[in-house]
Amino acid sequence: MERGVAKTWRSANARYNLTGVQCTNCKTAYFPPRMVCAKCGRDTKMVEKKFSGRGVIYSYTRIFVPPHDFTEEAPYTVAIIRLEEGPLVEGHLVDGKKPEIGASVRAVFRRMYTEGSEGLIHYHFKFEIV
Amino acid sequence: MSGILGYGVYIPAYRIKTEEIARVWQDDASSIEGSLHMKEKSVPGNDEDTATISVEAARRAVYHSGIDPKEIGAVYVGSESHPYAVKPTATIVAEAIEAGNDLTAADLEFACKAGTAAIQMAMGLVDSGMIKYGVAVGSDTSQGRPGDALEYTASAGGGAFVIGKRKEEVIAEILKTVSYTSDTPDFWRREGASFPSHGGRFTGDPSYFRHIANATTMLLDATGTTPKDFAYAVFHQPNGKFPLAVAKQLGFTEEQVRPGLITPLIGNTYSGCSLIGLAAVLDIARPGDKILVTSFGSGAGSDSFAIEVTPNIESKRQRLVRVSDAINRNKVYVDYAMYLKHRNSIRKW
Repeated sequence: MERGVAKTWRSANARYNLTGVQCTNCKTAYFPPRMVCAKCGRDTKMVEKKFSGRGVIYSYTRIFVPPHDFTEEAPYTVAIIRLEEGPLVEGHLVDGKKPEIGASVRAVFRRMYTEGSEGLIHYHFKFEIV
Repeated sequence: MSGILGYGVYIPAYRIKTEEIARVWQDDASSIEGSLHMKEKSVPGNDEDTATISVEAARRAVYHSGIDPKEIGAVYVGSESHPYAVKPTATIVAEAIEAGNDLTAADLEFACKAGTAAIQMAMGLVDSGMIKYGVAVGSDTSQGRPGDALEYTASAGGGAFVIGKRKEEVIAEILKTVSYTSDTPDFWRREGASFPSHGGRFTGDPSYFRHIANATTMLLDATGTTPKDFAYAVFHQPNGKFPLAVAKQLGFTEEQVRPGLITPLIGNTYSGCSLIGLAAVLDIARPGDKILVTSFGSGAGSDSFAIEVTPNIESKRQRLVRVSDAINRNKVYVDYAMYLKHRNSIRKW
């Protein structure tokens, strides 16, 4: 499925480098980036925060019936990762070790999907069990 | 002159054994293992390509170097398997290592030697004072036509080097580099073609051996050195046999070559090949050791380097992912059918 080029371009730093935001008041970190802190509301400022990419598996599921863009990849595993800085982040697990809740992971750089044979290639962080 | 501040390599986890490819084509596996001196090769994951391999290697290199990536002034990525025909891999790498926007970047292609060409270009900019740091990457997911001899060796992986010249940061000084280049049609791939073609035995004497021998001899002459002056020698490794043969021809011993001979373990990573070999040697080198590296790219040319390791190498080793660790982590063996799927040669209907 074709995504907007502008949207792809805007989110590159977040997708490549797991860059989110942090509230300067309560220090809560968020991914994906957001404009307003869920706890402090408008009366605070959000600043860019790069996450380490390290975390643990909070939950996971195996996808056998994928959306269109992931037909070639299925079956694959999607997990919710508790990053060491706090936020829960959804991400694909790369193949390899069997997933278990609580297993340690690190972020890696992978191809997420391609828009057919002539469209953009979308790169994204995924997680690898370490 | 400029030198190496840090380096990193990345090898995909998947492997296919020589005997598995031989089983499909009913070749004699032991004969092929004997002639190529290799038992298995790396295979990219479904979601890996030259950009992802380059990013992983470059991130390791930048971390190992300890520099601020915002001070990188150039990113060059050498490969013959860039994911886009038009749109640079180098800009993806620059974004993913957070090098900022105040830099120059470009993709290079010179068959198997585009990685060492990237190092030379970064050296030129650093030595001229145009940039403070440059990142040179050689990386490939190389293709071999099913059933062709190349299928046994064409593999995936990459290496990245951070180039700079501040003495307190340099772990290995590049003393001299020379190149030998000619128009030799030993291996090529036309625009839009899925697989490369090659000149069979013509890839030997007039190509690999001629260019490596000339570049290496030019380097020895230019530096007033002999093979005995080097602790290690790394020659391009299209298979496990050629580098030992060219070393012997030039007067280097097997002991000088073995530590940097990585193709028998992972196959020929093309643009990554000489860089990964150099990295394997740097993993074990001591301050004061001299290293000779000569790459080869079909088409054809060789870049030769004389390198001397500095005492700074020891203090940075705690930040290093060694080549042996990059090769051996999480290895997953695939059969030929899965290999075809990984190479996108078969698809779901």
